Amino acid sequence: MTATEATACLGRSDWPQEPVAREVRPAPDRYRNALGKYKIDRLASCLSCGHCADTCPYGVHVKPDGYTFTLRPQDHLCIGPDCAETDHYCVAQCPQKALTLRRNPNADCMGDPRWSSDLILSTWHQAATGHTPPKHLEYRHGASGGGFDKLRFKFEIAGLAEPAAVPAAAINTGLDLNHRDDGRPQVHIDIPVYGGGMSFGSVSIHTILGKARAAVAWNSLTCTGEGGYPERLKPYDDHVITQVATGLFGVREDTIQRVRVVEFKYAQGAKPGLGGHLLGDKNTPAVARMREAVAGNALFSPFPFHSVYSVEDHKKHVDWIKEVNPTCLVSVKVSTPTDVDMVAVGSYYAGAHIIHLDGSYGGTGAAPDIAKKNIALPIEYAIPKVHKFLCAEGIREKITLIASGGARTAYDVLKAIALGADGVVIGTAELVALGCVRCACCESGRGCPRGIASTDPELMMQMSLEWATQRLINLQNAWREQMVEVLARLGMTSIRELRGRSDVLCYLGDSEASQ
Amino acid sequence: MPDRYHIHTVPTPARFRRVGKFGSVDWREDCSRCTNCVKLRCCYDVYKHESAYNRDPLATVQTLNECKACLSCVQGCTKGLLNISVNPEFLDLGDEYWKPDILLTTWNQSDSGKIPVSGAGYRGRFHGPGFDSIWTDMSEIVRPTRDGIHGREYISTSVDIGRKPLRLRFAPDGKMLSEPSQLLEIQLPAIQDMPEWMVEGGNLVKARAAAAKGLNSLAVMAASHAREAPPEQLPFVVPVVGEDDIGESEAVLQAARMAQVRDCEEVVDLVGRVQAINPRLIVSVRMTLRPTTAGRVVELVRAGLRVFHLCADLHGRERPDNGKPGRHIKDVLRQVHGRLVKEGVRDEVTLIVSGGIALAEHMAKAIICGADLVGVDTALLVAVGCRVCRDAHAGPVWGPCPIEIDSVDSAYAAQRMVNLMGAWHSQLIEVLGAMGIREVRRLRGEVGRAMFLEDIEKEAFGDLARVPQAQVGA
Repeated sequence: MTATEATACLGRSDWPQEPVAREVRPAPDRYRNALGKYKIDRLASCLSCGHCADTCPYGVHVKPDGYTFTLRPQDHLCIGPDCAETDHYCVAQCPQKALTLRRNPNADCMGDPRWSSDLILSTWHQAATGHTPPKHLEYRHGASGGGFDKLRFKFEIAGLAEPAAVPAAAINTGLDLNHRDDGRPQVHIDIPVYGGGMSFGSVSIHTILGKARAAVAWNSLTCTGEGGYPERLKPYDDHVITQVATGLFGVREDTIQRVRVVEFKYAQGAKPGLGGHLLGDKNTPAVARMREAVAGNALFSPFPFHSVYSVEDHKKHVDWIKEVNPTCLVSVKVSTPTDVDMVAVGSYYAGAHIIHLDGSYGGTGAAPDIAKKNIALPIEYAIPKVHKFLCAEGIREKITLIASGGARTAYDVLKAIALGADGVVIGTAELVALGCVRCACCESGRGCPRGIASTDPELMMQMSLEWATQRLINLQNAWREQMVEVLARLGMTSIRELRGRSDVLCYLGDSEASQ
Repeated sequence: MPDRYHIHTVPTPARFRRVGKFGSVDWREDCSRCTNCVKLRCCYDVYKHESAYNRDPLATVQTLNECKACLSCVQGCTKGLLNISVNPEFLDLGDEYWKPDILLTTWNQSDSGKIPVSGAGYRGRFHGPGFDSIWTDMSEIVRPTRDGIHGREYISTSVDIGRKPLRLRFAPDGKMLSEPSQLLEIQLPAIQDMPEWMVEGGNLVKARAAAAKGLNSLAVMAASHAREAPPEQLPFVVPVVGEDDIGESEAVLQAARMAQVRDCEEVVDLVGRVQAINPRLIVSVRMTLRPTTAGRVVELVRAGLRVFHLCADLHGRERPDNGKPGRHIKDVLRQVHGRLVKEGVRDEVTLIVSGGIALAEHMAKAIICGADLVGVDTALLVAVGCRVCRDAHAGPVWGPCPIEIDSVDSAYAAQRMVNLMGAWHSQLIEVLGAMGIREVRRLRGEVGRAMFLEDIEKEAFGDLARVPQAQVGA
């Protein structure tokens, strides 16, 4: 069933729904100087002979017809020292020896072990082109030395034979979200990935709408976060998840009734057990109107739900949503305590369709550093724990397990699925696609200096909605290409086959045998 | 109802210019003087502050190196003349344990007294040695206060030091036979300990004593220093006495609430002699953490001692005396705690651990591993501005101290220490609040509310095929 057919048969939304084409188009960096991994310096001894422009096949050197001088090198396109092996290495070819190549010190200023500089640059590349990055950028793994970064598909390890390939066209990456057989409509998404909750107030409206429009294009979902349902989201109702979080900000019957999936947020991975706090400065009149609060006051989203003290209370919550919207699916977003497996089972018995685990290394607009690093389990540990427990309970096939909190690449998504998740929710990866450098200043001063997570009118206008939409559509296209490639190499025709197949993975180092 | 415990933090800027993480490299030649300069658009006004500083070297010096590396100027400059790079001086700070990021966050907390908060997810390595291989638990719904962190005033961080009899004994006529218990209650499970190496200028000692008084905590110091402390601070001072200076420290011991005696063969006698001077005094045994510590603690407990201060090295490791690196305190503590539990005396004993407690999370994790409270030492120096260069230059101080720690004003240093402890206190409450634990006493030895790397790796990935890292390259 396509998205439009689904809308028609549900017949709930009276708001005209706006289609968005699933079309890959170039969406280059929005800044004047794109950043690359390498930097090319041109000395004053350059004669502007243009030989470099004739030589470089990547478009690093440009000397348009009629120009006297060669333009400043477009060094973000440079493939780096590997080029020295070829016959078009500009540094060697320059008759004046005026060119030098080095790592870009600016690129080394961004990123961290989890989101390495390479991962950020490769995500930008995917968002700009819609395709897999060139091999000088590591686009699959970070450098954190644990979790996803220590897991590999066996075929990635040299020396292991590859299974027979399956034609790409035959591979299905779609996912059904309703496995309860309870008469509620099916919600199908075409990729095993959807967007995490980012509230109005924490990110700019262009970010919210860009995410929603990309979700429409890919027949996937995005989530409101706890900040109400902006009017401008209504044309994308069918691809929006309304989040009901502990502060209940902006939650009204209408916002629950107009969507196909409603999400309860019990906790967030980055600040598990702590609740949220919107600073008074960020509570602008527009935000306050949306949240039905008084502008300028700090808004606390307490922890936990003050109406939930047990699984039975939780069931009342779920029943309440099901009563208000008889056709929606209910997702329950929880963090990852030691007993996360029991929490998952509890949610199943309370009637949830989707259990969404948010691991502790996930993103946030602002959280105490001590919480982000130390409290609750990273998602890599929680997925197999919950998957195995649900299997043992015999209910694995009746609930959709969604993982989030630290999935940065298509390979992370695939690994999460191989460990036992059905699908993955991403947040930071989308923001990186929009130009985030992970400077971690989402919360301070006027908010995000790059205009992604800021409601400051001047800063947020740095990014247009069209551009944001295209970047996210492109990113998903690149990811899907990689997913299809991996599934083909594994000889699988559907992403569903990969779930729980941890036997296709291996773990690097640290075993007695390898020491 | 008694007053709620509150730490009075006061923003206290550092004396010296911060060593920042990023610096801008401005290639001024070739500037086209265009009218839309990115320097004016910096949303942190870094360039404006910098030029103000360039004009007036006496201006507030907290300005340079405040770049957050958002790269907006680098990417926006018309001619691409601006660059930033990681400050090599920053990377050179500290050592392999006291990493530059730890120093930076400690300085920030000492400046403001506030919890470090940032956007985006966790940025560091997935796990690491020592405390970085422990995660603490959270509780999804079951809460003591039902207010999570917002019910923080109901979360107690006080701990007891001293002899804790498990039961009272009565004579047949109802008369109590047990001696009344002597407990020293402090409101923060952290005391201010002596630094590991010789930087004890008089001002620093005064600062620690003043900080301890402000925090209603305790400052450990040599008896000779304690003798110079003003009388109003003596209840917050813990003199470390040895055989030779018990006599001259009598006045101090009578005014103090707690004292320490270094472990030695006659330690039981010594403790007796100190206690004889002041029967209400709590006397702890200060011992270097070694592979034999668990056995020694049990031995001393059997001999009647109840309070132990275990000192690890600067990096939180025991000292095996055979040149090899010792175990981390998390492992030693679990062993000592486990032995005492097995002996059936854990609840009667107080364990203090110090050395390598660098961050608030270390305090929480050391308590989870079995300590009752921690001693903070090097972190207090860092609060004053120390860059822990001592280790890098091994031995006598290499050149003058870059932050002139000897000349530090004690009131200023005390406030910075109080700020740091205030930030740690708030962070401890975050951890307790997330777990749904209402008092830090119940956190002690609660390994069930923590996740240890070795267990959880086995559970999650134990059934996966193993491949040596070398096979895939770095």
